[in-house]
Amino acid sequence: MGLRENQFGTVFRLRATHPLGYIRRMAEHHHEHDHEEGSTLTDMDLRVRALETILVDKGYIEPAALDRIVELYETKIGPHIGAQVIAKAWCDAAFKQALLDDASKAVATIAQQVGSVGEHLIAVENTPQLHNMIVCTLCSCYPTDVLGLPPTWYKSFAYRSRVVKEPRAVLADFGVALPAETEIRVWDSTAETRYVVVPMRPAGTEGWSEERLAKLVTRDSMVGTGLAKNSSEVA
Amino acid sequence: MDGVHDMGGMDGFGKVEPEPNEPVFHHPWEGRVLAMSRAIGVFRAWTIDTSRHAIEMMAPSFYLSRPYYEKWFVRNQNLLIEKGIVDADEVEAGRALRPAKNLPRGPFSLDDIDKVTKRGSFYRPAQGPAQFKIGDRVRTKNFHPKHHTRLPRYARGHVGVVERLHGTHAFPDSVASGKGDDPHWLYTVRFDAQELWGADAEPGSKVSIEAFEPYLEEG
Repeated sequence: MGLRENQFGTVFRLRATHPLGYIRRMAEHHHEHDHEEGSTLTDMDLRVRALETILVDKGYIEPAALDRIVELYETKIGPHIGAQVIAKAWCDAAFKQALLDDASKAVATIAQQVGSVGEHLIAVENTPQLHNMIVCTLCSCYPTDVLGLPPTWYKSFAYRSRVVKEPRAVLADFGVALPAETEIRVWDSTAETRYVVVPMRPAGTEGWSEERLAKLVTRDSMVGTGLAKNSSEVA
Repeated sequence: MDGVHDMGGMDGFGKVEPEPNEPVFHHPWEGRVLAMSRAIGVFRAWTIDTSRHAIEMMAPSFYLSRPYYEKWFVRNQNLLIEKGIVDADEVEAGRALRPAKNLPRGPFSLDDIDKVTKRGSFYRPAQGPAQFKIGDRVRTKNFHPKHHTRLPRYARGHVGVVERLHGTHAFPDSVASGKGDDPHWLYTVRFDAQELWGADAEPGSKVSIEAFEPYLEEG
């Protein structure tokens, strides 16, 4: 069938098998030309710019506001937020309990440090006996408030299809192997609840500051496809 | 609907391939699409369930072959036209041809940024007591509605245990069908992998879904 993953992590069909409907649509909205992946980007630039222009001209949006949203997701709302939350939970048993009891409420109490959090956030804790993983098989639901926008692999068909059926095989794709006796628990985010994993605190980090601990907390460790870094990996 | 979006348990999509140092957006237009989606959301012209359903209804060949944010873009454009916010001939022309109809408020501006960076609440007042309690055995229904639903195919007709109770939430099946919130109790239901995948399950794993009460019956 000529299926392969491209750099977006989405599956592209080779040109010969592009759905006719799509080519027709492209031709309607733009010029008639052969459709190739390289020109898709240009086409998308044009189409997106056109729609933005229409919305601006009609008075629905101000371009500066769109600039700010892009900037926020590129620079302000990301996994460093979750990393601060996890590091605090590792240091402060009362905070960890509050986080596991009601993550939305607990994160809101430190919102001055980490930004805002909405409703329905749930934290689940990894232990030597239990390893948690998060997925959205139906679309791309993700704990954006604490992790930012999802990486491409999280939205990929491979991850969405496989992790509920063969989580250990998916972990192997990430280079992670867990003891056979560790139970793996996969949380499919099929409603508006959003899950975030509390990874295990690495050995050899006794007495570390929250700031230093946060450097060990990777995005993948908070989704469950990775573990926190070893203490030796951080200065 | 039994769409291609409902991917849990399918084979054939290959390995998961994380991209080292992945940028938030791979192309500037992706960021504009995300930003437009968030800004349009403030107008409340449609719900998150409607927008999910709009993507699910795309042709399977399109869904499987186009980049993530292109699907978002097509969804936005189609819904903007459907709701009369933008006209089809304007999209064709690539510019506005007439003033906005019934502009509900001023343009989305820098003053509105807080509205898009904090998730709203989907809690709704309870319409009655919860039918199930934590620890109950429940069976998911075997249904195949043509409309939007959040009960994945792989988890239909299986017995699990109620693990968490999340209060009452707006019911996506109703909201996406234009029939209002119709709030229902929401549960986390946990299944043994073997219940879902039989002898082909990886040993020692469990899977949970978030299940609205109408998806469940006594186990």
